[in-house]
This record gives sequence, structure tokens and C-alpha cells, in this order.
Amino acid sequence: MNISTLLFQLFQNMLVLLAAPLLVGWVNNCRAWMQGRSAAGIFQPYRNLVKLFHKDAVLANNASPLFRYTPYALFTSMWLAAAMVPVVAVELPLSAAVDVIALVGIFALARVFIALAAMDIGTSFGTLGARREMLVSFLAEPALLMVFFTASMIAHSTSLTTIVETFAHKQFVIYPSLAFAGIAFLMVLLAENARIPVDNPSTHLELTMIHEAMILEYSARHLALIEWASAIKLFAYITIGIALFLPWGIAEAGNWGALPLALVILTLKLAAAGFGLALLESVSAKLRIFRAPEFLGTAFLLAVLGILTLNLLKV
Amino acid sequence: MLPIDYALCVIALWLVLAVLGLALQGSPRAITRLIFPLGAFGSLVLAATALIALSQTPSVAILPLGLPDLPFHLRLDALSAFFLLILGAASLGISLYSAGYFRATAGGTLGLLTFEYHLFLASMAMVLLADDAYFFMVAWETMAISSYFLVTTDHKVPEIRSAGFIYLLIAHIGAIAILMCFGVLQGAHGDFTFEAMRHNALSPFWASAAFLLALFGFGAKAGMLPLHVWLPEAHPAAPSPVSAMMSGIMLKTAIYGILRVSFDFLNTQHQWWWGILALTLGLATALYGVLFATVQSDMKRLLAYSSIENIGIIIAGIGLAILFHANHQEQVAALALVATLYHALNHSFFKSLLFLGTGSVLHATGERNMGKLGGLIHKMPWVALLALIGVLAISGLPPLNGFVSEWLLLQAFLLAPTMPQLYLNMLLPLGAAALVLGGALAAYAMVKFYGVIFLGQSRDEGPREAHDAGPLERAGMLWLAGGCLVLGLAPVFFILQIDNVSMALIGHDLGGTAASAGWLWLTPVAAERASYSPLILFLIIFGGTLFTFLAVRKFYHGRVRRGPAWDCGYPAQTPRMQDSAEGFGQPIRQIFDFFFGVIREVPSPFDTKPHYHGETHDRMWTLLYLPIARLVEKISTQIGKLQHGRIPLYLLYSFVTLIALLAFVR
Repeated sequence: MNISTLLFQLFQNMLVLLAAPLLVGWVNNCRAWMQGRSAAGIFQPYRNLVKLFHKDAVLANNASPLFRYTPYALFTSMWLAAAMVPVVAVELPLSAAVDVIALVGIFALARVFIALAAMDIGTSFGTLGARREMLVSFLAEPALLMVFFTASMIAHSTSLTTIVETFAHKQFVIYPSLAFAGIAFLMVLLAENARIPVDNPSTHLELTMIHEAMILEYSARHLALIEWASAIKLFAYITIGIALFLPWGIAEAGNWGALPLALVILTLKLAAAGFGLALLESVSAKLRIFRAPEFLGTAFLLAVLGILTLNLLKV
Repeated sequence: MLPIDYALCVIALWLVLAVLGLALQGSPRAITRLIFPLGAFGSLVLAATALIALSQTPSVAILPLGLPDLPFHLRLDALSAFFLLILGAASLGISLYSAGYFRATAGGTLGLLTFEYHLFLASMAMVLLADDAYFFMVAWETMAISSYFLVTTDHKVPEIRSAGFIYLLIAHIGAIAILMCFGVLQGAHGDFTFEAMRHNALSPFWASAAFLLALFGFGAKAGMLPLHVWLPEAHPAAPSPVSAMMSGIMLKTAIYGILRVSFDFLNTQHQWWWGILALTLGLATALYGVLFATVQSDMKRLLAYSSIENIGIIIAGIGLAILFHANHQEQVAALALVATLYHALNHSFFKSLLFLGTGSVLHATGERNMGKLGGLIHKMPWVALLALIGVLAISGLPPLNGFVSEWLLLQAFLLAPTMPQLYLNMLLPLGAAALVLGGALAAYAMVKFYGVIFLGQSRDEGPREAHDAGPLERAGMLWLAGGCLVLGLAPVFFILQIDNVSMALIGHDLGGTAASAGWLWLTPVAAERASYSPLILFLIIFGGTLFTFLAVRKFYHGRVRRGPAWDCGYPAQTPRMQDSAEGFGQPIRQIFDFFFGVIREVPSPFDTKPHYHGETHDRMWTLLYLPIARLVEKISTQIGKLQHGRIPLYLLYSFVTLIALLAFVR
């Protein structure tokens, strides 16, 4: 570990922090175009954040400290998770502390905290949201782990850096197991980021909402942090997908010369992924809440199939 | 003095304290102020002794007690030392807590309880030290019976009596299997010392028979499927510190038994299908336990089912270790074994902590049904904070201890080399999938546990007058919560200690590689294959949270207004509109409908006094236990026909028996 790689880590931290809302803005814009609405501009999430930060926070009378400090912990966890994904460069110093299993653990930690905070006020919506969130996650989390396991069995390592390096420097081979894993990962990505068909980020309809129900009691800076954390989470998931399935063009840590090219490639990949996400959301319909376990059960099965294919057929 | 002598002194101390408890019945204050703290001191000495003994050569002792020519053999080796460490460390917290908890108990009951409590502690230590089958069974039975009386402390309640009966029944079915296991293990030599069993080479058939008997017998005590039914009955019935001790420590003595038989006595005779059997049974137990945990409404039953889950994980880990060991893949076997032992240690900390937490809640509110609790974080901030640590740890979340052992176990699954048996290569990923599914469901159950009890608004009168736990109770829980933190943040130190056990049983350890990158990094195989640094993770999350908090204050402001919660335009909201315990478990109940036996009474829309009632049953009762019970009853009725009460008939029976015996024995 030297100064250069540390600087790279810091650079990536800032990049993740600042670029995440932009990605959300881009997805929202794409969706607006596809649905024939006029778009708010890709900088709208920043304006929302600034607006929320300036407002006075309102807390329910019986809010406990857990409720108050959860947004900060959530924000940090997501930031940490996104910061250790090899986004523009591999060999980040942080990624030795946290491997893929620990990464899933950090996501779980954040989820448990927000679910507990949702139950803190004791309104019917909060507990409903917490229950549904845990319902979605108890299948999504194992599916995500199985996706990672498929990749780590190919790379013989659970370190994300090693996995990405193995994939990026390998000859292009299509792994059937990775195809299964890729589909499973996409389904998990949709579910975990509160996207259609599992959840709908742009509605507050009682019958369907999951994520929004949990954060209904939050306002001002707390809400801003949660929204920002959600954006970072989406960014982290998409970059994980890119790192696992399309890792080409990534730079070594400390290699500043390769950075501009890596950034351009990353931007293109992210733009394409955001467009794809918007397209998927525009053409599919929201599932009933009790169909969600079926959707995620499929993801879990696909991920297990992927790892079985790998283990039995060695491909 | 050898370590074993210190251990014997602690046992003697506990036995003396047990008798003193009976003698001091008249002065409950003396019991809570003196005897329990002294017992806790004994635990501390035992834990320290065990920690030292872990890295030393085994020491033995022979006590001239018991029957003539059958002295008690004792031995303290690495395996015993590790489990004694669990016993000492966990019981230290529990005894401290008990000193505060039993303040309000009446003298007579308290004296008896103190007697049973310390006898229970001493008998568990004796189980772990025993080095011959005879002494082992004596200690094992003492443990079963003293815990039976502890479970039935409130023996005036019929449910508690029946819970105690089921516990005693299954404990004894298990004990018979263990006795038979020792019978097989001694071969035909008639030497029942463990030393003889260690050197006894059995044929593959008898080795398998011994293993199966041990798995069944000890599995009954551990709560393995399908012998788990006593756990969810006995744990809620017992006073909370007793539940903590049974779940946190006593279940581990059964794990110790399985390890002792399979890795000590049968070490060279492992067959890979033993591993498959234990792995499958363990994972089935884990999933079964956690699914039932998610739908419970009684907080202690929920924890009991969660114990079943954790025992399942431990047994699965043992299975994995046996599997690798039988295939001579010793390095991974050591990894699986260390992960298993680490999980046993972790479980004794966080499960005891949570049971103590429910004890304080029960004390403060008199309510075990989660549907009547809620909002306790405001009334009992200490208990809520410590229970939160336990909840996060048991859910397997970084950077706490539950995550470390799960991480190690998953590494064992992932880094497994190719197996000679083809379908094993298929089974292992499925095993990993089941394990992570169980872990995710555990988080569900624990969010429910914590959210319904401590968060939200009080659902009933009870929680509104609740008070926080006293200082001694806090101290006991603090010790256990601190253990969860330390075990989670500095795993390398503990793995280096557990390595001694792995070295003694398998001949390999992790030390060379696990600590190769320094104490900060946990690298079970090699740094480039997997590494994890909980301390760095913790510092980043903690520091980052603080930094974010300060940054937001600096750049913006910290203004807060308090107001009523948003009522969604419906002003008549009541606390009863929160999810009840049943409500929170409802999705799982609906998805795994086929799995549970559900009884539901739903009111009709025109009901003027609507009443909803839902109950989830363990199907194992109707599928397995009731048929057996009916069969036994039928056979007994048939046999009962022999009983006529007429003397001539009985004389005839004796005569026939005599003739038959003469014919056979001739």
C-alpha cells in the first residue's frame, strides 16, 4: 500500500459520492423520454438533495436515537460498499479488508438498520415496509451471495479485486455458469434497489410500496442522506455488475495514465446500463407483493444453477 | 498445580456453593449478594484455566470416588479446554446477571434454585473433564436432572411440568443411545476408560454404529432434527438465566460429545458418508429452526428455535470437517472445524445475551408474548442497546462475531478442493446455498424479535411501566456483549487459540496462514484468496458515521423539530395498528405454508366482537411423535392385559419365566 493507491482510493470515494446522484438522474431522464414525459434534467437529484439538506428535520415525538442515527450509518455503509468495488481501478487498499461475502454483509447491515428504524416510530406503514423489505431480502441476499460464489469459484478467490483481475485479463470465454449468474444478478439488482417489478420508486401507493414505506417518517437531512445512500447503492450494484460481467478497460491502482481512458469507458458502460435499466422498468409491470418471492426464488434458483453448472461441467 | 487441579477446585467451589445455597435458604440477600458472585468468580477462574490449558499438553487426574474399582478418570486436553472456556466465559456473565435477577425470588425457591444452578454448572464441567464412560454418564445424568429441576422451577404451572417431562424423556432417550455408543466403542474388552476407546480399532461397521449412536444420542441433547421438540418447550418454561445457560452452554456439551466420539475415538476411521449425513441433518435442522423462529410470538420460543438453527449450523460444520477429513483434505478440514468451534463459542455469547435480555424484559413487564410488548427502547435503554448488539451478532452481520464464523464456514465450502465422489461436488454448493438462506432468514427473525419488542409503541399496559435492568444484570449482559464485539473484531487471536484443538484432533491448523498477514487481517488460506479485516471495517463504519454526522452539521445545520408521527390523514391511529408478532411473520407463514401446521380463526365481517387467533404448530409432532406415542400406548395396553391382579396367574408367569430361562441359559 503506498500513497498513490491511497490517493486512488480517495479519488474513487469522491467519484462514487458525486456520480451516484447523476446516475439516478440519468435513469429517471431516460425513463421520462421513453414514457413520453418531459424530463426534469439529469441534475435534478442534486437539487433535491440540496433542498432537503436546507430544511428543518421533523422527528416523531417517540423517535429513539436509533431512528435518528440510522441515516448516517446507512449512508456510511453504502459509501463503504461502493468505494471498495473496483470501479475505475483494481487493487484498491480497501478491498483487502472486505471481500465479497463481507460486502453482502455490509448491505445486510444497512438493511437491518433501516428496517429497525422503520419500526421505531410504530406506525402501521413503517412496520409494513420493514416486513416487506425483509421479505424481499431473505431471498435476494442468498441469491446475490450465490452469484458471487460462482464468480469466486472461477477466480479461486473471494476477493473482489482478484475476481475482477482474473476476469479482465482472461481471454474472452463465455461461461454458461456466468450467464445464469448474470440473469440472477440482474433480478437481485432490481429487487434490492426498489425497482419495478418488485417495488416502484416513484409511487406512494400503500398496496405496493416497500422502500418508500420504510422511510415515510424521515424528513430533511435524514431523508437526504437516505436518498443519497439509495443512489450510491444503485451505483454500487451497477458497478458490481460491470466489474463481474464486463470488466474490460479497468485501470490498475496507481496507474494515473490509464485513468482517463478507464473513466471514459466507465461512463459509457454506466450510461448504457442506466438506459437498459430505464428500458426494463418501462416495459415491465409491478408484481403483486406475494409474487415477489417467486421472482426472487427464481433468481436464487438461477444463481444456484449457475454454481452447479460450474461445479459439475467446469464451465 | 496443573490446570486440571484448578478446574477441579472450581468444581468443588460450585458444589460447596450449591450446598450453601440450601443452607442459606432463610436469607435470600446472602444468596444473591454472596453465592452468585462467588460462582461467577469460579467461572472466571475456570475460563482463565481453560485458556491456559488450551496450549498445554493434556493433564490427567484420577479421583478415588464412585464405585469400588471404578475410580473417576479425568483428563483436560485441548478439546475439553475449549469447551470449558465456553462454559467459564458464558457462565461468568450469566451468574453475574443471576445475582441481580433473582433478587425478588422468595427464599425457599431461591435456595433450591441456587443448589440446582451450581450443581448444573459443576456437572457440565465434569462432563467436559470425564475420561471414562462411567463418570461421563454420571455427570451427564446429573446435568440432565439438575437442569430438569431448573426448567420446572415454576412447577405449579401445568405447561411447565409437561415441558419438563418432554425434556426429561428426550434427554433419556439420548442418554440410552450414548450409553450404547460407549458399549460399542469399548469393543469386547470391558475397559470403559476413554483411553482404551481411543486405541480401540473397530471394524468399519461398528465404527459407523458408534458414530450413528453418538449423533443420535448427543443430537437429542443438542436439539437436532427430529429430536428438537423439547427445546422450544423447555426454554420458555425455564427462568431466563437458566434458558441462557441451557442454550448457551448445555447444548455445547452435546457438540463436545459428538466431537469427542467422532474426532477423538474414531479419528482414523472416518467414512465420508458420516460427513454427508451430519451435513444434511445439520442444514435441515438449521433451515427448520430458523423458519419456525420467524413465525413465533413468544420471544423465548423464538430464541429457542433460533438455537436449533445455530446447532444445525454447528452440526453441518462438523459434517463438513468429517467429510474433508475422511478424504484426507486436512487443511480444509481444519478450516471447517475451526469455523464450527468458533461458531459454538459465538453462539454461547450472543444467545446467552439475548436470553438474558428477554429475562429483563420479562422481569419488567411480566410478558413473554411479543404482541403485547413494544417501545421498550425508551424504558430500558441499556437492555435495548445490549440486545441490539446480540441481535446484530446473531444475524451474522459484520463486524460482529456471528459474521466471522459464518464467513469461515462459507470459505470452507467455497475453497473445497474437488472431491473424489462426484456428487459431493454438487452437494457442497447446495449446502452453501442452504447455509446462506438460513442466515438471511435469521436476520428476518431477529429484526422481528428486536423490532416488535423494543421498537415502536407499547402495545399494552405492561411495557408502559417497565424499568431498566439493575447494575448487576447490566454487568452480566455487558460482559457477554463485549465478548460478541471482541470475538468479532479480533478473530485472529481466538483462531490461534482454537488452532490447538484442531491440531490435537486433525493434526493441522490454520495458524500458519490465518495470521500470516498480521493480526489485523484474517486470511484462512492465502491473502489473495480471501481476506477480511473486521477492525478496519468497524473503524471505517464508525468513523464514517461520525464524519458524516459532523459534516452535515458543519455544512448545513442540526435543527430538529419534534412533532406527532404522520397519521396518513387518519387520526384514529392506535399502537395496535403496528405489526403484531404474528403479522410480521405472516409472509413467511404464507410462503412456506406447506411447512407449518397452521390453525387460524378469522372473524366474519359481521362479527360484533371480532377475535383473530392464529397458531403455528410443529408438524413433527403429528408426523412423528404422536404415532410413536400411540404405538407405545397400544403396546402398553396389550402388555397391561397380563396384569390381572390374581396371585395364581402371577405365579404362573414366574414359573414360565423360570422354565424359559432354564431352557436358554442351559
